[in-house]
Amino acid sequence: MKPSRSLRFVCTAPVLLVAGCSEWQSALHPYGENARTTLSLILSFAIICTIVWILVMLALAGALLRRRSNAEGLRPPLETDPRRERGFTRMVGSAVAATVLILVGLTIASFFAGKSNAALTGKEMLTVRVTGHQWWWEVRYQDASPSHTIISANEIHVPVGEPVKIELDSGDVIHSFWVPSLAGKRDLIPGRPSEITLLVDKPGVYRGQCAEFCGYQHAHMAITVVAQRPDAFDAWRKAQLADAVPPAGAQQRRGQQVFLSTGCVLCHTIRGTPAGGTSGPDLTHVASRQGLAADTLPMTRGALGAWIADPQSVKPGAKMPRVDLGPDDLNAVVAYVGSLK
Amino acid sequence: MSSACRERTNGIARGGRCRRPGVSFGAAFAIIGLALLLAACQRESRPFETPPPADASNDEIAMSPNHPGPGGPQAASSARWEKYEQSAYEVAEGKRLFTWFNCNGCHSKGGGGMGPPLMDDKWIYGSSIENIAASVREGRPNGMPTFRGLIPEDQIWQIAAYVRSLGGFVRKDMAPSRDDSLSARPAENRLPAPRPQQAPASPLSGQGKP
Repeated sequence: MKPSRSLRFVCTAPVLLVAGCSEWQSALHPYGENARTTLSLILSFAIICTIVWILVMLALAGALLRRRSNAEGLRPPLETDPRRERGFTRMVGSAVAATVLILVGLTIASFFAGKSNAALTGKEMLTVRVTGHQWWWEVRYQDASPSHTIISANEIHVPVGEPVKIELDSGDVIHSFWVPSLAGKRDLIPGRPSEITLLVDKPGVYRGQCAEFCGYQHAHMAITVVAQRPDAFDAWRKAQLADAVPPAGAQQRRGQQVFLSTGCVLCHTIRGTPAGGTSGPDLTHVASRQGLAADTLPMTRGALGAWIADPQSVKPGAKMPRVDLGPDDLNAVVAYVGSLK
Repeated sequence: MSSACRERTNGIARGGRCRRPGVSFGAAFAIIGLALLLAACQRESRPFETPPPADASNDEIAMSPNHPGPGGPQAASSARWEKYEQSAYEVAEGKRLFTWFNCNGCHSKGGGGMGPPLMDDKWIYGSSIENIAASVREGRPNGMPTFRGLIPEDQIWQIAAYVRSLGGFVRKDMAPSRDDSLSARPAENRLPAPRPQQAPASPLSGQGKP
């Protein structure tokens, strides 16, 4: 017999769902100590709960399908048989005991998972301060010397194999920092700083997402974590400390002029120029990042042009307004901002 | 219970109940509640598309005559006030931008500092939203800088709508409610209604104030 269409759908849908989980944002593909502990907790909960569910369903099916014996049908309904009653009491008692045991066991497992995640705290060498805004992430690498503080946005670079402390705070509403492959969620609550420790064991790019509904563009509030070998990380950090590259060529120079004389300068900082606005992301090295507008768009010249030309059509409700620029001015600004590696 | 109902209850046998007024009250409440709900939707409508750039008020520089001696400012008016003042969203955006663009630096939450206060009833350059938008766009003598070409036109109008709410000129259900942080004065939607406008004694004695 040919399998029916609905049967085929039922078989292929889970396969497609599983294929949809790419590894770079998945709690099922851990690349860090915290995420591994969390995954083992997820798996033990899922397996135990599945077994319990199957047993309960089997018991229910048994009760539904059990045929009534003739003798039972003839007996008056309120009459009790002490032998059967004792059996029932034993069954219910052992089920309650098993439930209590399983719940206590899961609680203990959850406690130890939390404890092992907290064990990394206090061993960090590097502190990154992440502030959530509607709808982007401000990233600040703290340093004892203020001149070595790096301010960036929407992208965190971390050295592989070193615990990194992420200090979290919010500038407006509650957000939540969640990089599934690296650690669990941690909320960013205005006025109540919290922290989470990341320890990444493999170089790569991991995607994170705001996990607490925070307004219109909550879905477009992503963060990228780039894990690098320590020497590559030090090189990146040195490059980020430098001021922005001066504009090369007439078009980029014009772009800088337009940037500094229109609305851009009110909200954005480009170190090395008079632009010092702090309401929007720091653009000193914007072109060195992988994404644009909190990973809404890839960092390409076309995407940059679309974003600057009309942010409200790309990300409606975003706090960046459209600045009316002529086509030549727009091209010049795109060329200049695109050159800020 | 209405008087008609009481009469009927008294007239008929003991324990008789009159239900009709209850039903009609319930229906009235439901209708009023629905109407209020629908009105509330209008209050919060959020247009995200930016208005078209070609805008008359943006092209020509608005000059406001600066009279020596008594004589009030010329009140400008247009049909645009409604879009900005009759929307809680636009006024709230104005409140956010008031901090973002550092109006606080001189006007200090409307209380005034280096610049004049915005929460009283003295207006050197007019109290209409058009006057205030022109003050932000063009700047005023003695310190108020121009934001022409820097702040987009619709945001200037949002800020102007918020400045009006600082003086209590915006409807209470449109004005922002209390801040998240401590504030020394009541929220914009709890301000008393402004007194009738007075002309300043001498516009030149004050600083540039919208």
